[in-house]
Amino acid sequence: MEKLSGADMLIRALQDEGVDHVFGYPGGAVLHIYDAVFRQNRIQHVLVRHEQAATHMADGYARSTGRPGVVLVTSGPGATNAITGIATAYMDSIPMVVISGQVQSHLIGTDSFQETDMVGVSRPIVKHSYLVRTASEIPETIKKAFYIATSGRPGPVVVDIPKDVTDPTNLFDYSYPETVTMRSYSPATRGHTGQIKKAIKSLAKCERPMIYAGGGVVQGDASSQLIELTRLLGFPITNTLMGLGAFPGTDKQFLGMLGMHGTFEANNAMHHSDLVFAIGARFDDRITNTVSKFCPYAEIIHLDIDPTSISKTVNADVPIVGPVDTVLDEMISLLEPEVAKRSEKQQQMLKEWWEQIEGWRKQDCLAVIRDESEDIIKPQEAVQAVYKATGGKAYVTSDVGQHQMFAAQYYPFDEPRKWINSGGLGTMGFGLPAAMGVQVAFPDEQVVCITGEGSIQMNIQELSTCSQYGLPIKIINVNNQSLGMVKQWQDMQYEGRHSHSYMDSLPDFVKLVESYGHVGFKIESRDDLEPVLVEAMAIKNKLVFVDIMVDPSEHVYPMLIAPNGSLRDMWLSKGVRT
Amino acid sequence: MRRIISVLMENEPGALSRVIGLFAQRNYNIETLTVAPTEDSTLSRLTLSTLAGDEQVEQITKQLNKLIEVVKLVDLTEGEHIERELMLIKLKATGAQRAEVKRTSDIFRGQVVDVTQSTYTIQLTGTTEKLDAFLRAFPESSVMEVVRSGVSGLSRGEKVLTP
Ligand SMILES: Cc1ncc(C[n+]2csc(CCOP(=O)(O)OP(=O)(O)O)c2C)c(N)n1
Ligand SMILES: [Mg+2]
Repeated sequence: MEKLSGADMLIRALQDEGVDHVFGYPGGAVLHIYDAVFRQNRIQHVLVRHEQAATHMADGYARSTGRPGVVLVTSGPGATNAITGIATAYMDSIPMVVISGQVQSHLIGTDSFQETDMVGVSRPIVKHSYLVRTASEIPETIKKAFYIATSGRPGPVVVDIPKDVTDPTNLFDYSYPETVTMRSYSPATRGHTGQIKKAIKSLAKCERPMIYAGGGVVQGDASSQLIELTRLLGFPITNTLMGLGAFPGTDKQFLGMLGMHGTFEANNAMHHSDLVFAIGARFDDRITNTVSKFCPYAEIIHLDIDPTSISKTVNADVPIVGPVDTVLDEMISLLEPEVAKRSEKQQQMLKEWWEQIEGWRKQDCLAVIRDESEDIIKPQEAVQAVYKATGGKAYVTSDVGQHQMFAAQYYPFDEPRKWINSGGLGTMGFGLPAAMGVQVAFPDEQVVCITGEGSIQMNIQELSTCSQYGLPIKIINVNNQSLGMVKQWQDMQYEGRHSHSYMDSLPDFVKLVESYGHVGFKIESRDDLEPVLVEAMAIKNKLVFVDIMVDPSEHVYPMLIAPNGSLRDMWLSKGVRT
Repeated sequence: MRRIISVLMENEPGALSRVIGLFAQRNYNIETLTVAPTEDSTLSRLTLSTLAGDEQVEQITKQLNKLIEVVKLVDLTEGEHIERELMLIKLKATGAQRAEVKRTSDIFRGQVVDVTQSTYTIQLTGTTEKLDAFLRAFPESSVMEVVRSGVSGLSRGEKVLTP
């Protein structure tokens, strides 16, 4: 058997796992590992400028490819800097393996230099974690880490490795296990037949159905099944913020996003439905509004890989635990005969339901309200122009705030894994590094980061990484000179007292990006919007930063009314409510 | 309602902190907790009692099951079960009190495990209610120290919790 040091074993295990990229930053506790990285060329290491960005890059890589993202950081501050990115991945169920260096075993617990209890600190935000005790444990631990991160409901796994465990002078037998079995971990591989049959019955007899699909469909690679099922049934469908792209955004059956900033038609259809089929979604508080008023007439079928998501906030009448793709496959074959024998009456009811929905659609809740005589750019128009300039085909990452919601509303996604944002944790600073991860995975694809002047500054140092690796991302800075989303809430709930939601002392972004060797444009007039964006998108081999000055007073609508509102209670524009 | 959840988990460092962390993080309460390896040294058996309604206990058991190191668990209070708790209680016992303490201990089938001129230490096992009742049998001023193990339990009959 081959003899390797702990450090070499780790890198070999990653290679044997099929890892092609690692995002990281070196330091004392991982020097042996970095030396092993240096002495090989199968894995490309991407050197970031801040460990948080490494985790978001790995996250963007994972969301766009479906393969786990891998991070390598040192102990102490390296590890704690990675925490926000791990929490972000955890909240959105993203497969990720984070390898953190730890101080030498004999120093653990002595408050030694750069010591942090990483397993302890990360415990509530990981799917699982390991502290490696001896080098011989490395191959199996890595195998388990990847297995856990990618199977069932995916999530981040931390592997904390003390420096002495990677000592280059101690050699051990190396072989990488082909499989792992764990008696304490066996995610569901198929749904319960009885429950599936119950669901079929309900789906066959309902009159005002809604399909509500979330990020689980994207992460579970079940988009084609979702499309087939929805077409077969002819039901209306809505996607959560995390599910956008799971069903084609430009399709007639698609009612848009639901929830806090969901469309008038999607939220109303949910509220009035008699059956909600939730697929890979988790009834998050940004979806339900007041839980007791959520979908008062609906029977609820809930399909999810994670049993803890079911009946957590909203009780499921028909719970189905299982992988979304296999369960939907099974359901499609059972539904085909049911749909074929639909009665006239049922068809009539469904037709009437669609008529009601078309009525809500006429509200045209996303129409941009503007004064044509003013030359001010509305942020919604900026997103629409980006859609046009990219033909709707780009990978789009976003940060957090109004621009994120505008991107979700005005850039319809026709494919899964193209829309990448931090939905669960809402992490400002996610957008740029996530876009970098996508671009690393797909060097020839158009990758756009829609951000705000607040969010972009949270990881702006990564412009340097972009120069180093030649990542030709297109950054669209929807610049409203304010922490727009915060300001919106202050307008609506604090009588317009803008406490610290104003972004003063902004840099000259064009000059800033130029100093890193990138290209910068500033757009201040409506007439420039489309031509400059087209020009920017056409620059294939360079990062382009487009700073678009937009109306700072704009709000995101529709917006659910809280507290005590239901899904049909919405603000439709300033001062106009349902 | 009081629930007794019995958990079989990998006997690995960190496993216990995950269980406890889960309760803290999700705002569940822990009344008592006891844990020790089983006859199979790779497994630990953890018993905890908690106050939770039906919906919450469903979430608690699901969340516990989701922890990678948890092999299996059972809510003992769902079926017929046996539960025991051990208590050591140190009592002031001088003069006429000595006989009184001894008599009460006998009634509860307690065992005197340590004696000094001024104290009795009594060991008592039983259900939580029995232990509570025993404690209430003495005036607060005579109770010097109490230590309780927390509840352990098993299902009645053939039913067992194995991996
Ligand atoms: C790390 C972090 N800190 C604070 C917040 C709270 N927050 C949500 S949106 C927002 C404003 C974002 O401003 P900007 O990036 O300019 O976007 P805009 O809303 O103006 O489009 C803030 C501060 C957050 N989501 N993440
Ligand atoms: Mg802003």
